[in-house]
Amino acid sequence: MRTRFGRRKRNSNTKPTRQHPSPIEDGPGAPASDEAPPVPAAHPGVPAVVHVALAGNPNAGKTSIFNNLTGGRQRVANYPGVTVETKEGLRRHGGVTYRIVDLPGAYSLTANSPEELIAREYILRERPDVVVQVVDASNLERGLYMTIQFLELGVRLVLALNMIDEARARGLRIDTALLGERLGAEVVETVGNRGIGTDALLAAIERARTRPPRPPEGRYPAELAALAAEVRRQVEALGAAKYPAHWAAIKFLEGDREVRQWLAAAADGRATQFESATRRADQLARRTGESIEAQLAEARYGAVAGIYHEAVRRDLSPRRRMEISERIDAIVLNRYAGFPIFLLIMFALFQFTFTLGEPLMNGIEAAFGWLAGAIAAHLAPGPLRSLLLDGIIGGVGGVLVFVPNIVLLFVAIGLLEKSGYMARAAFIMDRIMHRIGLHGRSFIPMITGFGCSVPAIMATRTLEHERDRLATMMVVPLMSCSARLPIYTLLIPAFFPLRWRGFMFFLIYAIGVVLAIVMVKVLRVTVLAGESTPFVMELPPYRWPTARSVVADGWEKSVLYLRKAGTIVLAISILLWTATSYPVPTRHAVDASRLTASLSPAELARARAAEDIAYSLAGRTGRAMAVVFQPLGFDWKVCTALIGALGAKEVFVAQLGIVNSVGEDAPSVSDLHGVLAHDYTPLQGFCIMLFCLVAAPCMATVAATRRESNGWKWALLQFGGLTALAYVVTLAVFQLGMWWGIGV
Amino acid sequence: MPTSQKTIRRNTRTLAQLPPGQRGIVRRVTGGGSIHRRILDMGISKGTLIEAVCEAPLGDPIKIKVRGYALSLRKAEAALIELDETE
Repeated sequence: MRTRFGRRKRNSNTKPTRQHPSPIEDGPGAPASDEAPPVPAAHPGVPAVVHVALAGNPNAGKTSIFNNLTGGRQRVANYPGVTVETKEGLRRHGGVTYRIVDLPGAYSLTANSPEELIAREYILRERPDVVVQVVDASNLERGLYMTIQFLELGVRLVLALNMIDEARARGLRIDTALLGERLGAEVVETVGNRGIGTDALLAAIERARTRPPRPPEGRYPAELAALAAEVRRQVEALGAAKYPAHWAAIKFLEGDREVRQWLAAAADGRATQFESATRRADQLARRTGESIEAQLAEARYGAVAGIYHEAVRRDLSPRRRMEISERIDAIVLNRYAGFPIFLLIMFALFQFTFTLGEPLMNGIEAAFGWLAGAIAAHLAPGPLRSLLLDGIIGGVGGVLVFVPNIVLLFVAIGLLEKSGYMARAAFIMDRIMHRIGLHGRSFIPMITGFGCSVPAIMATRTLEHERDRLATMMVVPLMSCSARLPIYTLLIPAFFPLRWRGFMFFLIYAIGVVLAIVMVKVLRVTVLAGESTPFVMELPPYRWPTARSVVADGWEKSVLYLRKAGTIVLAISILLWTATSYPVPTRHAVDASRLTASLSPAELARARAAEDIAYSLAGRTGRAMAVVFQPLGFDWKVCTALIGALGAKEVFVAQLGIVNSVGEDAPSVSDLHGVLAHDYTPLQGFCIMLFCLVAAPCMATVAATRRESNGWKWALLQFGGLTALAYVVTLAVFQLGMWWGIGV
Repeated sequence: MPTSQKTIRRNTRTLAQLPPGQRGIVRRVTGGGSIHRRILDMGISKGTLIEAVCEAPLGDPIKIKVRGYALSLRKAEAALIELDETE
């Protein structure tokens, strides 16, 4: 990834005023993007690839614009050095290839959050030929604040007034020509979710590419402008060109950490010049009673207000959509009804996921049953048949069964997010989440954690502050993910009568939530101590989510899960099958004993199989572990299955199946129920679930935590901490259960 | 001018004290660091008209309207935003 982004690096002194500013072509033999078709000879002045960065606020419809531009052909990439995933795609239009990079959603370029910092650094470092800023046309005034910041950066800008239809319905009349004139940028109208305005956008990108950027001027109060000019001269005198001088001067005065560090390093001893500027800035702030930052923000808003009121007329017709949103909010955020509605929606989410998923699951199960039957009928008993039936079908089939649940859950979460309710959920939950030590927004990754910890940990990116992010990330695995569902659906029916099953499901999920709360508290007074962080969040207008976007999103996330199931789980299933099958004992003790005559052939086979697995590598490891886990009520079989759960939680089920049915022809869940009910007490069954809930998250989760927390420290703390917690909690439950004689 | 200082103080109230349905104009945003910056980024600066809409069902945070859109923030953060009365 690094090379692909890094390749675009070039000198910052590329003259933007030339007729054909095609800096990518300037370097002899600058490579085109991998998928770019050859440049047609008929367009000698056209660069190989026009590099376009797509930026904008969250909720502005950036994703749909990106999909319209790239036609869905895209690839996911990582920004160098950090882990925010981004998409990029190519578009051929009028003989030009556009490489379109989707920047993370951000409200400004002040580098408050990793997203903002990434968006800013990307533009500064990679210097895209054109930046397209997508704004919600109904929310133009705030969008223009970011526009001004882009112009300060000196980029060639296209402003896409997205969802212009909604803005019109609200009675906004935007004079795009005048707006473009005042800003010195191209302005186009788009309706991203209906695919309107894409060609106009491409044409605007083409115009912007050949248009010199106009640095904003005269927007600051005289005294600040003078100060900025002074700092700018000093920056220019340094001769360093990492950041544009004008911009660096403004950011220096704002007290921007990144820029100040850079300037301090660049000045290297000559910092006295900046000291005088800093002193004057401090004096100015003291005299006016307002920070330089606030003054600059005001100046920008002043400029925005001027341009906005010139270019935008508001008809007196009712502001329909806002009004509808207000009316919905009046109910949904109502003091009395708000919380019950929230709980109802959460309940609906789980009903939708699990009830609707049920028939689909049964279908998949039946398909695998048929496949297993077909293989059993056509293959002679032997290692290959055993591998296929017990290893592969048992393992991968057991995972695929949960695909409907996962698709539905992600669709449900997508619906909440895209409709605008997710922000309300955070709003309603913040009081509680804040009291716990988290942020209202932590709620989103936490609830995603019920689907899969991996996207949930990725979703912690929406949290602005590192402490919130880490705290959330660390406890997300305690939200019982869908991969643990197979464990519960196997164990609960095996040990509990029908009327208790619903409660047991609830109990295990509730324990996860309670432990998460406790662990956050612990983290907040130990490794993550410190004051709590701000909650300033937009409540976007309610919108009808388009079916296409919700389904595409659900599908995309499910494919991620499937890829994991298809590769990791398959590999682990085969490995575990090998570990449970080899080495093979040369002879069986049961054959030598006098018992042989009294056993039926089936019982004999089973006794032999039990010896086989005890002799195998997995059995030996499990036995060694059983010494430690015996106080928890776990025998070596459970321990052997726990080894599998390390790779992926759902493998536990496959592994337990193999451990209990190796050598038998038809391993199935209902058979396993019988075996388990025979071998263990309900208390043991519960303890197994408890341990699986809390213990070491799967490898993919550990990897995600490592990536998102940018180091092994937190990943290992999470892994070790949760495993230790699981041991202690399960030990307590088992021992107390034994003591009181519950479920024995 | 101690008297005028006193008068201002008496008339100053923060967004946290603004009852739902009422409006105020931002006099200044106090505090510092990233909270301050975030508030500015979201469109709240000197002279901005703010309308308090409602509290969350559990009493905190609050919902406000600013520059034609809806924003939520905790009362602790709203207390950093000093308002002038509107006529």
